[in-house]
Amino acid sequence: MAYIRKVFTGFILVSPLIFSSLIFSESSDYNMPIGVTEVSESIFGLHMLIFWICVVIGVIVFSIMFWSLWKYRKSKGAVAADFDDNFWLEIGWTVAATLVLVWMAVPSTQVMVEAYDDAEGEINILITGHQWKWHYEYLEDEVGFFSNLSTSQEQIDGEVPKGEFYLREVDEPLVIPTNTRVRFLITGNDVIHSWWVPDFAVKQDAIPGFINTAWTNVPEPGIFRGACTELCGIKHAFMPVVVRAVEREEFDAFIAEKVALAEEERMLTSKVWTKDELMARGESFYATNCAACHQANGQGIPPVFPSLVGSQITMFDSNKHIEILMEGVQGSAMAAFGESYSEVDIASVITYTRQAWSNGEKGDGVIVTPQDIVAYKNRIDL
Amino acid sequence: MSTVVESHDHGHHGPAKGLSRWLFTTNHKDIGTLYLWFSFIMLFIGGAMAMVIRAELFQPGLQIVQPEFFNQMTTNHGLIMVFGVIMPAFVGLANWMLPMQIGAPDMALPRLNNLSFWLLPMAFGILISTLFMPEGGPNFGWTFYAPLSTTYAPSTVNFFIFSVHIMGVSSILGSINIITTIFNMRAPGMTLMKMPLFVWSWLITAYLLIAVMPVLAGVVTMMLMDINFGTSFFNAAGGGDPVLFQHVFWFFGHPEVYIMILPAFGIVSHIIETFSRKPIFGYSSMVYAMASIAILSFVVWAHHMFTVGMPLAGELFFMYSTMLIAIPTGVKVFNWVATMFRGSITFETPMLFSIAFVALFTIGGFSGLMLAIVPADFQYHDTYFVVAHFHYVLVPGALFGIIAAAYYWLPKWTGNMYDETLGKLHFWLTFISVNVTFFPMHFVGLAGMPRRYPDYALQFADFNALISVGAFMFGLTQLLFLFIVIKTIRSGKQAKPEVWEGAGDLGLEWTLTSPPPYHSFTIQPQVK
Repeated sequence: MAYIRKVFTGFILVSPLIFSSLIFSESSDYNMPIGVTEVSESIFGLHMLIFWICVVIGVIVFSIMFWSLWKYRKSKGAVAADFDDNFWLEIGWTVAATLVLVWMAVPSTQVMVEAYDDAEGEINILITGHQWKWHYEYLEDEVGFFSNLSTSQEQIDGEVPKGEFYLREVDEPLVIPTNTRVRFLITGNDVIHSWWVPDFAVKQDAIPGFINTAWTNVPEPGIFRGACTELCGIKHAFMPVVVRAVEREEFDAFIAEKVALAEEERMLTSKVWTKDELMARGESFYATNCAACHQANGQGIPPVFPSLVGSQITMFDSNKHIEILMEGVQGSAMAAFGESYSEVDIASVITYTRQAWSNGEKGDGVIVTPQDIVAYKNRIDL
Repeated sequence: MSTVVESHDHGHHGPAKGLSRWLFTTNHKDIGTLYLWFSFIMLFIGGAMAMVIRAELFQPGLQIVQPEFFNQMTTNHGLIMVFGVIMPAFVGLANWMLPMQIGAPDMALPRLNNLSFWLLPMAFGILISTLFMPEGGPNFGWTFYAPLSTTYAPSTVNFFIFSVHIMGVSSILGSINIITTIFNMRAPGMTLMKMPLFVWSWLITAYLLIAVMPVLAGVVTMMLMDINFGTSFFNAAGGGDPVLFQHVFWFFGHPEVYIMILPAFGIVSHIIETFSRKPIFGYSSMVYAMASIAILSFVVWAHHMFTVGMPLAGELFFMYSTMLIAIPTGVKVFNWVATMFRGSITFETPMLFSIAFVALFTIGGFSGLMLAIVPADFQYHDTYFVVAHFHYVLVPGALFGIIAAAYYWLPKWTGNMYDETLGKLHFWLTFISVNVTFFPMHFVGLAGMPRRYPDYALQFADFNALISVGAFMFGLTQLLFLFIVIKTIRSGKQAKPEVWEGAGDLGLEWTLTSPPPYHSFTIQPQVK
């Protein structure tokens, strides 16, 4: 028993050293990242200041407590005193605690005022959280795109080895210029999400019906990885944030390319599409945007995510099919894709799901073209 | 049923036999026992869910459960631990101890007491049954933020709402009973400022419950209306406000946090004075500290919402008001340490749990202070740092308080001493595993792992494996606690009335025999 007690005492004495040695290291594997912006550096400094104040108070209080436990143990013949109050001691430590809090509050307020500034940026980007991906829109240039997780399902299921940036990689990162004040306008499309990039110390909730603001100014190029931090449903862990900061010239080239692409996309709507072209485009759209819920084999996860295989709608009712894609389904996870994607994308994915999994052979196999979607939109506008 | 009741001898008031004793009992000890066993069973159910969570998080990737089920586990783990374990355990302790501590024969409203207990199994039966329904149970987190819990919820959310309503009714009835008992049934001479601290802590807690449970009922009713009757309280598309949900929820939620810790403050105060053999230091400042914590708890709620986009003035107000709470809380810790100072200390199991409570709850308090600093909170918010914080105050805080109380009063309740060696083994295994589980969560949180994630990036893998090992050890260790409790009920050294050396002067409960008579005090004692 004495031996066991010795081991336990040893463990208790050594454990704070182990833990604190971990936090001493400023490596971001154990501690908050210092980040790359002025704000993130001040926040890191504030964090360490408060941490050390807590450590000092903790060491004082715990030393007195453990010393008392040791010194006044009955087994060594300690006899209890019988005092039970001391007015000035009570007043003293109440005042001391208040002063320490004021000492913490002053720098906290300064950093807060610095971080909280919603003046307009040189570049303004509208960030919209969707279940379960981010949409970025450059307000000055009116171009935008979705940013999806690019880690494969096989990696998540453990069928293939996990890559270096497992769950922290996207198909298209947000691109921002360095040394420029960038303002983020953050909102949600369906439920509440939260957009977080630790290296910028920016975390703002993306709330439907609200537009929150945050800003950053990144001094040097780099890739910065973050996450969604408000529970938003099944794929909450699978909608990372990746931001690429680049020099101004590279950024301008990126925007020019995006603008050209958007123009090309608009041209595609009037083009006459063959079934095969629509199928090919629809298949890749399906894999990126639909398979998460309806599954790659189209069978969904009933009853939450209905099967598309052999359903009345996908086989025989192309009008209803278009309506669901355009308007979404109230009270379910099915979003109104028509608001966010082009006519070509919507038409191709409808055509794909009406043909795939032998829906085409068993059903009417109607081909839906971008022109049908335009017609649908015009009908609604009337 | 009535034959059973009539068959017993009215000359000797004792419990009825069989199931009817428990179904129809109006006795404060029987109801206390029911509450305690109920929360013990719930501890293992909620704990099993935590084991599922930790098993899935043992390694990166999805191995054991799918995210859909994982979310149901995190949600129900939280709901069950908060409403099914910590709160009923404290009510059970109140039922057992309040009449004995204030010198009363029973609670003031015994039939109400029976009802408030039996509502609970109904509420949790409904809640847990949703897990077996085709759409699955609640999956939107125990904080059930709208619109994830309204427009986007599974239809079983209606069962969840009903169950929360029943829990709320149960808590309100229980609180009415406790307040009535304390104000009307104290022994002659026991003025308010002579009440034991556990009684004080429960008086304050009961007021908090009556103040905020209706707010919780209000917010779930608004959800019910949004889901079923076409209103738009929280639906932005209909002109509603999703952030309103969070304001109303946390106006309930923050006082709720103190509901889960104040009774533990009372318990730990008694245990520390008993085993330091020295009266509690600063009794009146302990009472005032609890009252100030309770009052402040109503003006700090939005510190849970620093990232929703409040104006600067709002952020600063809630930062300052939250920091203020550190003052009364600090005073309590200083008073406990001052009670130990120059005492004559022994280290029985309840004392070990109480010392661990003071040390580890203080660590939870420090991380709480860090979280109050708004700019830093932008980095901590919704990460494992928060998970570490509230588990430090709820597990080595509230739960250690409950376990300490069980060891402290079990000899009084059963008349048998528990096995001290096993008790100490239970303490050390629990103490080590609780720290192995929750301390590394600070690091993964600071390094950037968000909470409520079924899968995570590779740099968090080592710590998560360690956390899971700690969690499994913690879970298994509590089976030892179950064994010790059953063993004590069945056998053990006969306990004296005062149980602990010198405890006879510390409270009225130690003047009764162990176990105490079925109706605690039939003649009111006189308090000097």
